[in-house]
Amino acid sequence: MNDKAHKIAYAVFALAVILLGWQVDNQYYLQLMIFIGLNTLLALSLNMLMGYAGQISLGHAAFYGIGAYVTAILTTTYQVAPVLALPAAVGTAMLVAWIVGIPTLRLSGYYLGMGTLGFGMIVHIVLREWSSVTGGASGFVGIPPLEIGLVVFASGKNYFFLVWAVVLLCLIMCRRIIDSRVGRALRSIHDGEKAAAAVGVDTKKLKLQVFVFSAGMAALAGFLYAHLVYFISPGTFSFVASIRIVTMVVIGGMASIWGALLGASLLTLLPEWLHAFSEFEMVVYGLILMGVMIFLPRGLTRGVLDVYERYRKNHDR
Amino acid sequence: MLLSRKCRFGALAIAILLAGALIFTPGVFAESHQDAYKIGGIFSVTGPASFLGDPEKKSMELAIEEINAAGGVDGRMLEPVIYDTEGDPSKTVMAVGKLINKDRVTAIIGPSRTPTTLAVTPMVKRAKLPFISCAAGNKIVDPVKPWVFKTAQSDVQAVASIYEHIQQRDIQKVGIITVSNSFGESGKEQLLAQAGDFGITVVSSQSFGASDTDMTAQLTKIRQEKPGAIICWGTNPGPAVVAKNAKQLGIEIPLYQSHGVASPKFIDLAGDAAEGIFLPTGKILVADLLADDDPQKQVLTDYINAYESKYNETVSGFGGYAYDAVHLLARAMEGTNGDKAKIRKNLETLKNYVGISGVFNFSKTDHNGLDPSAFVMVKIKDGKWELVE
Amino acid sequence: MQEILQYLFSGLTNGAIYAVIALGFSMLYSSTELINFAHGEFVMLGALCMVTLAVNLGFPLIPAFFLSICAVAAAGLLFERLAIRPVRHPEPIVLIIITVGASIFLRGVGMLIWGKDAHSMPPFSQHPPLDVAGARLLIQSIWILIIVAALTAALQMFYRRTLTGKAMTACAVSKKAAWIVGIPTKWMVMLAFGLSTGMGAVAGAIIAPITMSSYDMGTMLGLKGFCAAMLGGLGSLWGAILGGFLLGILEALGVGYISSGLKDATAFVLLLLVLYVRPQGIIGAGEVKRF
Repeated sequence: MNDKAHKIAYAVFALAVILLGWQVDNQYYLQLMIFIGLNTLLALSLNMLMGYAGQISLGHAAFYGIGAYVTAILTTTYQVAPVLALPAAVGTAMLVAWIVGIPTLRLSGYYLGMGTLGFGMIVHIVLREWSSVTGGASGFVGIPPLEIGLVVFASGKNYFFLVWAVVLLCLIMCRRIIDSRVGRALRSIHDGEKAAAAVGVDTKKLKLQVFVFSAGMAALAGFLYAHLVYFISPGTFSFVASIRIVTMVVIGGMASIWGALLGASLLTLLPEWLHAFSEFEMVVYGLILMGVMIFLPRGLTRGVLDVYERYRKNHDR
Repeated sequence: MLLSRKCRFGALAIAILLAGALIFTPGVFAESHQDAYKIGGIFSVTGPASFLGDPEKKSMELAIEEINAAGGVDGRMLEPVIYDTEGDPSKTVMAVGKLINKDRVTAIIGPSRTPTTLAVTPMVKRAKLPFISCAAGNKIVDPVKPWVFKTAQSDVQAVASIYEHIQQRDIQKVGIITVSNSFGESGKEQLLAQAGDFGITVVSSQSFGASDTDMTAQLTKIRQEKPGAIICWGTNPGPAVVAKNAKQLGIEIPLYQSHGVASPKFIDLAGDAAEGIFLPTGKILVADLLADDDPQKQVLTDYINAYESKYNETVSGFGGYAYDAVHLLARAMEGTNGDKAKIRKNLETLKNYVGISGVFNFSKTDHNGLDPSAFVMVKIKDGKWELVE
Repeated sequence: MQEILQYLFSGLTNGAIYAVIALGFSMLYSSTELINFAHGEFVMLGALCMVTLAVNLGFPLIPAFFLSICAVAAAGLLFERLAIRPVRHPEPIVLIIITVGASIFLRGVGMLIWGKDAHSMPPFSQHPPLDVAGARLLIQSIWILIIVAALTAALQMFYRRTLTGKAMTACAVSKKAAWIVGIPTKWMVMLAFGLSTGMGAVAGAIIAPITMSSYDMGTMLGLKGFCAAMLGGLGSLWGAILGGFLLGILEALGVGYISSGLKDATAFVLLLLVLYVRPQGIIGAGEVKRF
């Protein structure tokens, strides 16, 4: 039953993607949805770490940046084909995550948040200062479009379908992990690390694994971003970006795969809608963030669900 | 039970997403004012570069008002569509996508910063749309890209005029201190690259963060190398802190600033410490000191008066980039009936346009169109700008 | 020798400011277990209030100083009442996002009130810098150090000698136990907020004369203060002071002997090292907690 319901959800989702891609011709809306897709990947990757394993990261944009910069440097400076740069980009991010993760994941709570924040800042500073390789603060220009075989993924519909296909795959992959034994073990860490360890979950190894996995997924988003915009600069991968990813996860709803999608969509669209407020944009944005967290502290998906539950209870009565 | 509820949720989320997407879809084909030319503007009106974006936005609106009051372009009005980039490349990409595909503008002016400009050049190239940037970085027009122009003076010319001045004063060793963002980095590159041409050696190169509160450590380090002058490359407020710190440390050697601080605000911020500082600037800051036969004098006075009476604030050295861009564009649009390729062609062959930032002479190989005479060296004396030479 | 001394002076001045910001973080954390990501914004508010009162409205220094602190502390109380207390399930991550939202909101408000330009003000007293063996020490730096010392002494007195202070320490040890013995914990939380944001305002007010204040100055200062608090040991008064000065001095030495481009990295590398080797901080002894 559950399995079937999931399959239906994915089918509906895939259908929605195809329908949107087929119907929408305007480049602007396609672009907007591509960005939503990229942000969904980021939110999903962090959600695995934060929502399911309960490990906070305030430096997730670092992996996003590593993915983008590795492919940029390989494909532009060294003329490597983008397809070959993909494993390198994802692999580098995973390797870095593994190295950093061993000491960092021993921490927890605010200390873990602080550790990841520090790591994120350091990566940002390296991207900015190592200008002979990364192009420095002015950014990296001339990244080639993505080519897979004979197909060139220039922007627009091509890219839309590519990004959303990746999103769908990642959604399914995450769902599989969550429903597996590993997923249950992860949730047990979230609920109580000591208890989990006591019943025989290798918490250390598992946390590291999910951290590395999550870093790889963020790097994938970075790879796609670099080949979409053809230009990257360190500002895109700063502390503010990390916080934005955390916000997407929390607003959407932690420990919810669809929450990541919702959070990413909302936080991508919100600034577009808030343009109307011009000078007041920051004030309104801040108020919305605070408001959602005060009134729906479990995020929008869970929050709306709670409201719905309450309504149904009253109704049944 | 719980899980299936989650699925329902998934469906709901999709429905919301779909609905959201559909709500804004109808706007796509609605094209307002068939008779007006839409001109896109993207400036960092808020965010760290707002000191650029804010006057640029206002100047663009001012220029368009002027043109419309004079009857528009070939009788058709100009209509500005301006978005805020917040200095963020991703937001700029979104804004340009919106301008090109939703607002369907004829041309785009802005953005204010080099990274945001570089982020969108591939898009305008694809869309084949005339694009006039207001950022300083030389990377924008070197190499020349067919659709990309810029009106702000390049750091190449700024560095050249500083070094010329230093050379005249017989100073061989300089120390440089640059802000660690794209503006400072581009300046640093030029400072290091051109030093040799003027027989100058850079003995120490330091940097500071855009929001650092204290630069005494960097200045101490520079002082150790005993340079004959210090060149600071940054935008407010950092350079004002550098000026203050230099004075506090009792550093007696001349301090040069970049055109990035060319606004009365700098004197305001640095106070006494601004005394005796040299900097290259467009002529706007010293418009009233210019000789009467200077070709730019009239244009500058008119712009300053119009800006100050409309917005009730002192003019800065930056709004002029957007003001020039609009007027250049309007001139290039004459007789094209909105044909973008023709506008581009006209821009490329535009000569002797007297603007705020200098006299523009575009060509196939020069999409900035300014020569070093666009800059004058000024010195701050008694809290006022003073022409040097 | 002259250089080292100059780096030390520079480091001490910045360190003192980091220390005050770190104090604000630490105080709040010890009695509420909350990290206020908007703390840097309260520093910004303090600095800009000070500039407005002292320069634009022409208040004498001392009233301007205390008025701006009171105003910012009031804003902090309001923030606690309106945004923190209504949260029904105060999980740390929820509180983090709320404070992040508040920091964006406050930055927006700062921009609306004070505009996008930076503001400056003259130092507290107009004397030329002192010359110590060739290195220059600003009078403003001395002011800053005096104020920080006074503040530390006052806090120490408050915690050790007054009933309210002891009650707050009790809250920090165990909120429930404190409540059981009749301490009004709600008031204590409010007081902690007021003190913490007031501390931020002090940092802003003393930094305003040596630098330029603008609506976006808070983020980096907040992060550095956070680093300092972590370095010394989150929740510890002396830890915050030690962490602040250590960070300031190492940063200045880093500029002098390593590279100025990596100045900001100094803080974060140091932070990682401390977290890996001694996560409770140099002084802190508390158990490292998780969410």
